[in-house]
Amino acid sequence: MIEIKNLYKSYGPVDVLNGINLTLDQKGIIAILGPNGSGKTTMIKTILGMVIAQKGDILLNGESVKNKWSYRDQISYLPQIANFPQNLSVTELIGMIKNLRTQQADDVALIELFGLTPFLDKKLGTLSGGTRQKVNIVLTFMFDSPLVILDEPTTGLDPVALIHLKKIINEEKQKGKMILITTHIMNLVEEISDQVIFILDGNIYFNGTVSGLKSQTKQTNLEHAIAAILEKNHA
Amino acid sequence: MLKILKYSFFDLARSRWSYIYFLFYLLLGFILFFLNHEVSKAVITLLNIIIILTPLIGTIFGVMYYYSSKEFTELLLAQPLKRTTIFIGQYLGLSLSLSLSLILGLGIPFVLYGVFLSSAIWNFTMLLLIGGFLTFIFVALSFLIGLSFNDKIKGFGVAILLWLFLAVIYDGIFLLSMILFDDYPLDKFALAMTMFNPIDLSRILILLKLDISALLGYTGAVFQKFFGTNFGMIISMTVLSLWILVPSWFMVKKALKKDF
Repeated sequence: MIEIKNLYKSYGPVDVLNGINLTLDQKGIIAILGPNGSGKTTMIKTILGMVIAQKGDILLNGESVKNKWSYRDQISYLPQIANFPQNLSVTELIGMIKNLRTQQADDVALIELFGLTPFLDKKLGTLSGGTRQKVNIVLTFMFDSPLVILDEPTTGLDPVALIHLKKIINEEKQKGKMILITTHIMNLVEEISDQVIFILDGNIYFNGTVSGLKSQTKQTNLEHAIAAILEKNHA
Repeated sequence: MLKILKYSFFDLARSRWSYIYFLFYLLLGFILFFLNHEVSKAVITLLNIIIILTPLIGTIFGVMYYYSSKEFTELLLAQPLKRTTIFIGQYLGLSLSLSLSLILGLGIPFVLYGVFLSSAIWNFTMLLLIGGFLTFIFVALSFLIGLSFNDKIKGFGVAILLWLFLAVIYDGIFLLSMILFDDYPLDKFALAMTMFNPIDLSRILILLKLDISALLGYTGAVFQKFFGTNFGMIISMTVLSLWILVPSWFMVKKALKKDF
């Protein structure tokens, strides 16, 4: 369970999070939506402790994450940009993360599934964006963590990989995990999400289901529903 | 922390630059012996090179490594690891690998030319120790600079300026103030000024060890009185250690507050 209490974060004069209050206690897939720069990634990074908020607190299963680090073994995180050390090979990177986390990891099946076997000995700097994203996905899903956070997981993926990704996300959901996902692809949200959270200007604008969001905006299409919110607020 | 240290160390051990740095010292050592066959003379020549070069290399490598390992750092930050562990581990990994390049690079030619049999063995050890100190100090300072500036170019510029200040400009100001306030007793002042610059402190420490302090005239006598004693030695080693500890403490402080 994640409880976000009155979370404030600004980068210099720019306010990114304006006192977010949010409780996530439902298992399943939770989509975090919002326009560019609305604070989605910042919120995710505060949960991970990578960004340090000025005010407010985040409780994970009732415990504050401030200045803590060991709770991160409960989280699998897929960063938005697959930035890896350039001069490591794929095998070395996977081995390193396994060694650092000292948890049971199942990477072989995932490597097979995403067809990464020919790239295992290649340096990460030489891989294409899509291949790097596949490595990113393997690194995220090889551990069995109760909380999975995916920041734009679909970037650069081909349709085959996308299908595999959706399948994995659904499998993880079946295991009773909580999966947070940010994306701009509305089809994906409609297809897989159980709950939708819409962030606008650093505040929670909507928290409910896809159909709830549609009926509130009187739109039949999710993409149009989102557009309606944005137009209403920026008109 | 040991794991991070190990990864940083091996990452560097595979990089071309560590070998170039190592080979440079190796070559330097052999050239020195080619030019003058006496070990003690080679030590003096080496002093001037080490005093300037180890801080410069420490600074440049420190900043370069900090910015180029940003991705690695971000990856680690999402793992169940303490921030302090991550940064101290990387810091030690880089400092140790640079120190090792220095010690091996110079050690091999000196050992081959019989440093163990000569009386210069202690001076040589002292020189390497000081080189190690300077490496640790300047890597800590440059990590601190890297953490303070998100812009790579800015960070690089500030780091080079810091080196330039401590290696060159500081001495200029020092000398100028000595000339300007010539009429006053300046020995205490000079002693204090030396403590505030790790490069100066190292230089004086080795010069006095080499027993050529007579070259320094009156101030040299004061310095000899201070640094020549065990007390002076302990104080200067403590100050050099503080030069490592204080910047690394600030580095950790900064790292704990930073957003990634």
